[in-house]
Amino acid sequence: MSDRQLAVEFRGVSKLYGALAVLKELSLSVPQGEKIALIGPSGSGKTTVLRILMTLETIQAGTVWVKGEPLWHMPKGDGLAPATETHLHAMRRHIGMVFQHFNLFPHMTVQENVARPPQIVLGVTSGEAEQRAQDLLRLVGLAQKGASYPAQLSGGQKQRVAIARALAMQPAIMLFDEPTSALDPELVEEVLAVLRDIALEGKTTMLLVTHEMSFAREISDRILFLDGGAIVEEGPPDQIFSDPKEERTRLFLKKIIAAGHRID
Amino acid sequence: MSQFSDYAWMILDGTWVTVKITVVASVVAVIVALLTGVARTSKFFWIRLGPTLFVELFRGTSCYVQLFWAFFALPFIGISLTPFVASVLVLGANVGSYGSEVVRGAIAGVPRGQTEASVALNFTKLQRFRHVVFPQALVAMLPPAGNLFIDLLKLTPLTSLITMSDLTYNAMAVRQQTGSTFIALATILVGYFLMSSAIAWAIGRIERRASRGLETGPRAA
Ligand SMILES: Nc1ncnc2c1ncn2[C@@H]1O[C@H](COP(=O)(O)OP(=O)(O)OP(=O)(O)O)[C@@H](O)[C@H]1O
Ligand SMILES: [Mg+2]
Repeated sequence: MSDRQLAVEFRGVSKLYGALAVLKELSLSVPQGEKIALIGPSGSGKTTVLRILMTLETIQAGTVWVKGEPLWHMPKGDGLAPATETHLHAMRRHIGMVFQHFNLFPHMTVQENVARPPQIVLGVTSGEAEQRAQDLLRLVGLAQKGASYPAQLSGGQKQRVAIARALAMQPAIMLFDEPTSALDPELVEEVLAVLRDIALEGKTTMLLVTHEMSFAREISDRILFLDGGAIVEEGPPDQIFSDPKEERTRLFLKKIIAAGHRID
Repeated sequence: MSQFSDYAWMILDGTWVTVKITVVASVVAVIVALLTGVARTSKFFWIRLGPTLFVELFRGTSCYVQLFWAFFALPFIGISLTPFVASVLVLGANVGSYGSEVVRGAIAGVPRGQTEASVALNFTKLQRFRHVVFPQALVAMLPPAGNLFIDLLKLTPLTSLITMSDLTYNAMAVRQQTGSTFIALATILVGYFLMSSAIAWAIGRIERRASRGLETGPRAA
């Protein structure tokens, strides 16, 4: 019943690569509109959580629910059967993803990167798609770059186009996998500014994997700390950063600070 | 003088035959290369099997032998092909089988992030291929494809073994009838050079069109 208000739910999800368990019976739930930051050491499974949601990785146990419907399964009789491609296609319309390395389409102009997917996938008319693309490019501060190709842009500009491209599909849930970690330091802020706008706008459910602790603290409603494929601790940002309950969280934050990063 | 125009006609006629074989066999080769090359990127063994056998068969035997089979052996099982049809099918299948590897390799070379981005945008499999993977793979295919079309042109003289009167065959006939070895050989040299230059020029044009946005490093974005 409470499923209705949940955008995302993992119930006992395990992900294995051969014998290596990358997620261990992980459970989490994200109400609609909530902004979640996933933090944790390298290899803890943060990217894997997002990739499972984007249907880029399968799961070996448990169930994933998106807006109250199973993602990797379909109702069958009393139980669940593995999802078909048709089901996955229907579920993916709720979700968009921004990748660490942008993955823009290099053979399309900036404008085409943003305008073509809604035309191809949603059947939006070209006039409407072009108009929306221009609006979105203005939103990310790249109104003048429509005619450029991705190869002609800086990393920060590329990532802002990638964000506009994902937004053009109007997903209810947006996944960001370390959107600033491939950028030169001086380009990080321009991307964070765009993310801040999306977070403030409010409607979109956000799952953000990041090493930018102060940014996570600023925009998220809740922090999930992952380690070893499980959620070790979760809570409001202020509590996690100022008063972590778990020893492993404390250790992690200590290392982050020792590496010269701010968490306030 | 009428003798001379007869010879000129023979050369022109042979050139036309060579051009026709090259063009039609190239179309066959493109179809073979695309169909088998794409099929061989499938994750399903049963889809890969047929095309793989086909490609290995045509790459593992010589074009010369294949022409003989198509023209002299197939009639025994009730398939009679005209020399022209046998020529374009064999040259097309032979060169297309080499092209198949070019297509497969180019598709496999498109970075995985590109497919993942199009999954994230909810493209169907067909849409991913058509709008994202193929346009990028095409850029990598064109230079080796240009070489293969020129290879195909250079294979056309073999078709005289199954009675085609192509440029080389006719030029040799002119040489025998006139005794002028130099003119005949010079004609062939210039003729094939012009034809292969035309192919290189055409591919170059297509390449420039297809690679917009990708000039500064196809894998950059
Ligand atoms: N395709 C794969 N095959 C085998 N192991 C994998 C694969 N992808 C990820 N892993 C492993 O799964 C574990 C979790 O990876 P994941 O990418 O989710 O970590 P992460 O928390 O995002 O780390 P980082 O901060 O370095 O990005 C790691 O140990 C990683 O080596
Ligand atoms: Mg990661």
